[in-house]
Amino acid sequence: MGGADCDPILRKALAIGAHEAVRIDAEPQDAMQVAAEIAAYAKGQSFDAILCGKETIDHNSSAVPAMIAEHLDVPCIALATSLDYADGKAVMTRETALGIEKISVGGSFVLSAAKGMAEQRIPNMRGIMAARTKPLQVVAAQGAAPGTRIERFALPDEKAGVKLVDAENPAELVRLLREEAKVI
Amino acid sequence: MKCIAFIQTKGGQATKASLEAAGFAAGIGEAVAVVSGDLDGDGGLGSVGIQRVLQGAGDLDDSQLGRLVSAAAEHEGASLVVCAQDHLGKSIAGRVAVRMNAGLIAGVTVAPDGDNYTRNVFSGKATAQVKGATDNLVITTTPNAIGMPAASGATASIEAFDTELGERKVDILEAASPSTGGRAPLPEAELVVSAGRGMKGPENWGLIEDLADAVGATTACSRPVSDIGWRPHHEHVGQTGIAIRPNLYIAVGISGAIQHLAGVNGSKVIVVINKDPEAPFFKAADYGIVGDAFDVVPKLTEAFKAL
Repeated sequence: MGGADCDPILRKALAIGAHEAVRIDAEPQDAMQVAAEIAAYAKGQSFDAILCGKETIDHNSSAVPAMIAEHLDVPCIALATSLDYADGKAVMTRETALGIEKISVGGSFVLSAAKGMAEQRIPNMRGIMAARTKPLQVVAAQGAAPGTRIERFALPDEKAGVKLVDAENPAELVRLLREEAKVI
Repeated sequence: MKCIAFIQTKGGQATKASLEAAGFAAGIGEAVAVVSGDLDGDGGLGSVGIQRVLQGAGDLDDSQLGRLVSAAAEHEGASLVVCAQDHLGKSIAGRVAVRMNAGLIAGVTVAPDGDNYTRNVFSGKATAQVKGATDNLVITTTPNAIGMPAASGATASIEAFDTELGERKVDILEAASPSTGGRAPLPEAELVVSAGRGMKGPENWGLIEDLADAVGATTACSRPVSDIGWRPHHEHVGQTGIAIRPNLYIAVGISGAIQHLAGVNGSKVIVVINKDPEAPFFKAADYGIVGDAFDVVPKLTEAFKAL
């Protein structure tokens, strides 16, 4: 989902193996709006899986995959580290606060991929050439509304700068951590 | 304002991240906690300002948990739902937001200023003040950021809460808990000792473990170290691994690439030990020692043991 400036990214996805690309033509404003638009598009399609990244690099919310899944009433496997198919079921692993789980899902599903899921691929010349003729469809957005509004951005407080301790005297570091920083 | 705090439990007790979320909710208004499954007493919830706990069925998948939480919000007439921005929170919060037609503000790091919520963006390089644009709102709280409210010693009452949850669609085939050797799990750890390629090989990790034991810390590592298999993947902290916010982060032999900093720059105090005085990590550090890890770390371990 995005403006025409997203097309080079979709072409890159086509160059590394995607068969078709679709761009929903609207500027993303927040997770609620993006998820509603993607789910609305997916509702008209047949799909086995919707694969998402871990989080956006700007807002880091990790919110969209679960929202899409709820709109479509399918399971969402967040932060999966592997995906295989066995006996017509998708088998995935994911890390949770309680440990590592191996899970299976019967029907279609949404997942967000964590590191370990796949090696990053770099497009080769053949792929780049092929991508030029693959379909890239632009569809109109539904006009979904965002659920949040950013009032302002700010920079975090500057660090005071590093205080160096002599390598021969690590006990001084322990003293500083205890008496100055008070973290131990 | 009435709010719902969704609580994850481990062995009948609320997780630390969930207790922080509950305390955050209780600081905003009348907060009712929702749990799925068994609870040991009140799970520690009364002490952080929760008076009532709604206890739903156990062994639910993400979709069912979303239904449980949104049904609880409807039952209580709550317009705000709070949970932790941990693995489970990332699975549930979006679902609850869709069910309640609510905006979602993820990873809030401080108590709200009126209806302004502050969260980190660009992997901690900036903060954003965000408002809800909907009647209902879902907030997730970054673990180890809000802080734990002072324990009041109060006890919450438990009420059974039954609602239509639909069928389970995700089957768990195997579940394993990686051994942390008695140390706190990384996302909850307040003290972390982490090491990178500067350790030269996995056979040298004994030095790091000794230091971690002397400090009472959990061990972590940089991405290259987990990529080449020196340490398990679940110890990897950074943008693509786990983001942590301990009180003390000691980084040994890690240069401090921007992707690593993205996962640790929320730490309250950062100590960097590196033999390269030009290592970029020193710019993000509070304390530093320029020196060879193989000399410095054993001496530092002894100094901690002498406390």
